[in-house]
Amino acid sequence: MEPFERYRDVVDDYDAFLAACERGLPMAVRVNTLRATPDEVVAAFEAEGVDVERVDWHPHVLVPDTDSPGSTWPTYHGWAHGQEEVSAIPATVLDPQPGERVWDACAAPGSKTTQLSAMMNDEGTVVANDNNLGRLSALRFNTERLGVTNTVVTNQDARNFSLKPFQDEDEDDEDVAFDRVLVDAPCSCEGTIRKNPDALDNWNLGHVEQVASVQKGILRRAVQVTKPGGTIVYSTCTFAPEENEAVLDHVLAEEPVEVVDYDLPLEHVDGLTEFESDSYDPQVTNAKRVYPHHNDTGGFFTAKLEVTAE
Amino acid sequence: MSENDQLEANDGQQFDRLPETAADREVEGRATREAVLDWWDERFGVDPSVFENHSFWEKGAGKVWVFAGDLPDPTRDVEAAGITFLRTRQEHWKPTTDAAQRFGRHATKNTIVLDDAEAKRFVAGDDQDLEWDGDWGYVVPVHDVAGRQEPLGVGLYVYDELKSMVPKGRQRDV
Repeated sequence: MEPFERYRDVVDDYDAFLAACERGLPMAVRVNTLRATPDEVVAAFEAEGVDVERVDWHPHVLVPDTDSPGSTWPTYHGWAHGQEEVSAIPATVLDPQPGERVWDACAAPGSKTTQLSAMMNDEGTVVANDNNLGRLSALRFNTERLGVTNTVVTNQDARNFSLKPFQDEDEDDEDVAFDRVLVDAPCSCEGTIRKNPDALDNWNLGHVEQVASVQKGILRRAVQVTKPGGTIVYSTCTFAPEENEAVLDHVLAEEPVEVVDYDLPLEHVDGLTEFESDSYDPQVTNAKRVYPHHNDTGGFFTAKLEVTAE
Repeated sequence: MSENDQLEANDGQQFDRLPETAADREVEGRATREAVLDWWDERFGVDPSVFENHSFWEKGAGKVWVFAGDLPDPTRDVEAAGITFLRTRQEHWKPTTDAAQRFGRHATKNTIVLDDAEAKRFVAGDDQDLEWDGDWGYVVPVHDVAGRQEPLGVGLYVYDELKSMVPKGRQRDV
């Protein structure tokens, strides 16, 4: 937990934060609403003798009392998908609508991709991209198992993502720009410590800064391929301000975009405007930090952005 | 010169939309949308209207995908478009497990109702002796889950035996 010392002055109750980070995390599942209702999933678990708790902030997130939800009928049938509670935040904030064009820039293993598709009722197009060919098989497996048919899977570096594959001969980039984009960025994963106790083993500031540079490149590209007026959600599962507020600050300075407020019915705190010797654009207070001790979940950072006309 | 000499060969690296009918066919051996709809209707009684918002694409010889989104035809440089759906270019066309789970609720024939123990053996990948008075060939076994008759995947029924076609990666010990 030593790397977390740098957050002693920014986390509201540091001792409670540390204590929460040392506890394990219960398994959660998300209901695949393309296939079943939350009531049906609860009934199917209970028929197998598995009690289910519902979380109060999201109707589709359930916590079944089993260590192996993968070996149950609801999972086999694609009615439910194992997904950490906070991982349901970004798609919920992005709020994609049926028929829209959506880009999931860092999509594997596809929990959020399939949530986006379900929210769109499997109508419209979700372009699910990941630069890691090895992780694409997990993404493919999940879209197939959950019966999501509006997803296109691509294998590109999101920082210079090409829209060419989606264009007819007479179309250009503007014709195929996206209504909404999710950048659930690769990160140092500090917030997953409850699920992966070794998450901090190789932590170092150099790695944080290296990842932050990639995150800036991906978020800038996201702005460039989104229609004016379109929405972007930027999220990470880490606490490091270098990978969160500093990334927003950089992109606010470089691209026509603003960070906007949104409702999050989970306990959280605002994004930081200062950390150590750095200060960030005041708009970053519209971003939200969820710490593990707030709601007994993993840690998460989520910002909602709107692309302005150039 | 036969008709086939004028048709192009399949390009396994790109997604091509299936032609509507045989008259529209430009690639040798490619299934048509009409034939795909007829096949699901004839084998499983799935009404063609179930697929009215979906298009069908071939990538890889005989591998047909079902897709609800929007893409140019042909499409290159993408790894997947929707989900794999149907294996064609062979004597007996074969639906995928994922397609059977996605669309099998609309099936009105060649489904086999399994009890809980039989369903568990099926998803574990086991073949089982089973009396059933229907057409030999690919079937969609179903079982009761939370009040629904839910499709389990694809089976092959021959010689009073139900063979599980659930691929290794999808098999589970429920």
